[in-house]
Amino acid sequence: MTLEQLPPGQRAVICEVTGDEALRARMLALGLRLGREVAVIRRARLGGPLQVRIGTTDLVVRRREARLIKLTTPTA
Amino acid sequence: MKRIALLGMPNTGKSTFFNRLTGSVARVGNWPGITVDLLAAKVLMGGDMVEVVDLPGLYNLHGYSEDELVVRHFLEKNPVNLLAVVANASQLDRQLALVLQLKELGLPMVLLLNMIDESKRLGIQVEVDKLEEALSIPVVTMSAKHGMGYPRARQVLERNLQDTLATTAAFSAFAADDALEARLEDLVATTVHVPVTLSDNLTSRLDRALLHPLFGLPLFFLAMYLVFEAVYTLGTPLQDGVEWLLGLFKEGIAEPALAQAGPMVQSFLLEGVYNGVGTVLSFLPIIVLFFLFMGVVEDSGYLSRAAFLVDAFMSRLGLDGRAFVMQLMGFGCNVPALMGTRVMRSRGLRLLTMLIIPFSLCSARLQVFVFLTTAVFSPRSAPFVLFSLYCMSFFAAFLTALLYRRRLISDEPLLLELPPYRFPTLKQMVLRGWHEAKGFVRDAGGFILLGVVLVWFLTHYPFSAVPASAETLAGGLAAFMAPVFQPIGIDDLMSIALLFGFVAKEVVVGALAVIYGTSEGALAGIIATQLSWIEAYSFMLFVLIYTPCLSTIAVLRQESRSWWFTLLAVVWPLSLAWLVSFIFYQGATLLFSGG
Repeated sequence: MTLEQLPPGQRAVICEVTGDEALRARMLALGLRLGREVAVIRRARLGGPLQVRIGTTDLVVRRREARLIKLTTPTA
Repeated sequence: MKRIALLGMPNTGKSTFFNRLTGSVARVGNWPGITVDLLAAKVLMGGDMVEVVDLPGLYNLHGYSEDELVVRHFLEKNPVNLLAVVANASQLDRQLALVLQLKELGLPMVLLLNMIDESKRLGIQVEVDKLEEALSIPVVTMSAKHGMGYPRARQVLERNLQDTLATTAAFSAFAADDALEARLEDLVATTVHVPVTLSDNLTSRLDRALLHPLFGLPLFFLAMYLVFEAVYTLGTPLQDGVEWLLGLFKEGIAEPALAQAGPMVQSFLLEGVYNGVGTVLSFLPIIVLFFLFMGVVEDSGYLSRAAFLVDAFMSRLGLDGRAFVMQLMGFGCNVPALMGTRVMRSRGLRLLTMLIIPFSLCSARLQVFVFLTTAVFSPRSAPFVLFSLYCMSFFAAFLTALLYRRRLISDEPLLLELPPYRFPTLKQMVLRGWHEAKGFVRDAGGFILLGVVLVWFLTHYPFSAVPASAETLAGGLAAFMAPVFQPIGIDDLMSIALLFGFVAKEVVVGALAVIYGTSEGALAGIIATQLSWIEAYSFMLFVLIYTPCLSTIAVLRQESRSWWFTLLAVVWPLSLAWLVSFIFYQGATLLFSGG
């Protein structure tokens, strides 16, 4: 599953971050790191971006970038 | 002189700390190795003069973004005694990564944990002692905005400046990101305690309303409308006030003082130089107010929310939501809107936004349109004519974005922080407004003055001719350009008015009065008999789309630092204006004049 597909309100753990070097470095700096738990708070309409919460930081991420982040649901 | 470099991620309140530390005496300056200007100020610390430099916000030292390269090149070429790193205390889980990276440079360093009030409210605990020990650098908590902990932060900076040697940094080997990450995990686990679930705070509740799928956009437009109203209902009387004061000075002091001078000297000083200075000054109230209110919007965190709301549409144009906010602000006045694009980090995105803002139908152009529509159109059709011009304004902007989005590419993937809602202090707002106004006078002032004097010369030389008549240089130019303007229904007299409009749209109506040799009161009647509605509308389309004013060009140049871009931002709207007017004039003539 990718971050783009994560339904709002659910949590999941980042297991892979793809994309080019620069973008990955930027995502890393914003806290999108392996092993961290993320949640999608809401999605903008008409294919707009996602509001993502990671730790204490809220981010706006476009769907194209959200597709680069692979998730696993935490073992319950 | 000793030097402190101030560093930190974006949204950490670094600039707030810089302002508190240095007062409002900061100046922009050039530095070896980098092409952008940085703010710097000299401060007396512990008996020594110390230079504090505010480096751009950055996420890491890899050097992928422009800002990151600026910081790297600065530290390589300019020796510093101390790095002061500002971090947001609520976001140490990721911001300590930058601290760890910076530590590897081996420069003396102090860590300032800012916004400690906010992190306490969130229930986040930071064990400062353990953090100091683990990083083996001094760590201070503070709130740069409210001043808590600031005196101690200053003391610690002073103490750590003593007996230091200024050194440059060498960016050779960084630990691999993985190793750094492992250390970060350890460090955060032992020193930062975040409550398991963050309380349902004010920000979440506000977001639920302001980012609502249905009401979010209407609320956004309402908020923008209110800001807009506030700036221009307060700004217009202030602008009038400035003009009134200038008028008093002109009549009471300047004119009597020049009574003995020759008529040409008088005209040069009073209509050329003086009007130029007046043009610059009349922008100041709007710029100060704009930044007062935009400061609230920006610092409140609402700008990133706007990006969230309108990004679906704007991203298709190669822009983002912040560009849309600035475009809307441009409907008041293009100049501050252009200056407001500084929040964008990607140069491509910023230039593209700066290219579309001048199409926003500003209040000065509105004056011209209101005058012409009332003179030429019936009271019933006039509102529709005005409305169509507003539609045209958006059309020109979006068309331009579509055409240029592949050239001015935004390399900024929309990865924005949504900071918690905050309200700036009055002092921060005033300081910002003051700073921007100063920058406008310093950087754009001379350019505007030069342009006004040039147009004065064109419309007054040879001095024996009646000003702005066909015998002047401007008249000659108009005759020369006639083949260009004839196909769009603009005659020689009207094209001289366009030349005046190049300086500022506010003077177009006045210029028409001078050109037709009449008073402004009687002008409407004359225009109505001289112009057909097709000619009038074609003229308005041209005025809407071509170069808004000299001040806009000056600011385009000041903000882009590129003559090429400035040239493009003048030539493209001129060409588009001509093309649109041509299509309209020829089409309408064919349709309505009965061949």
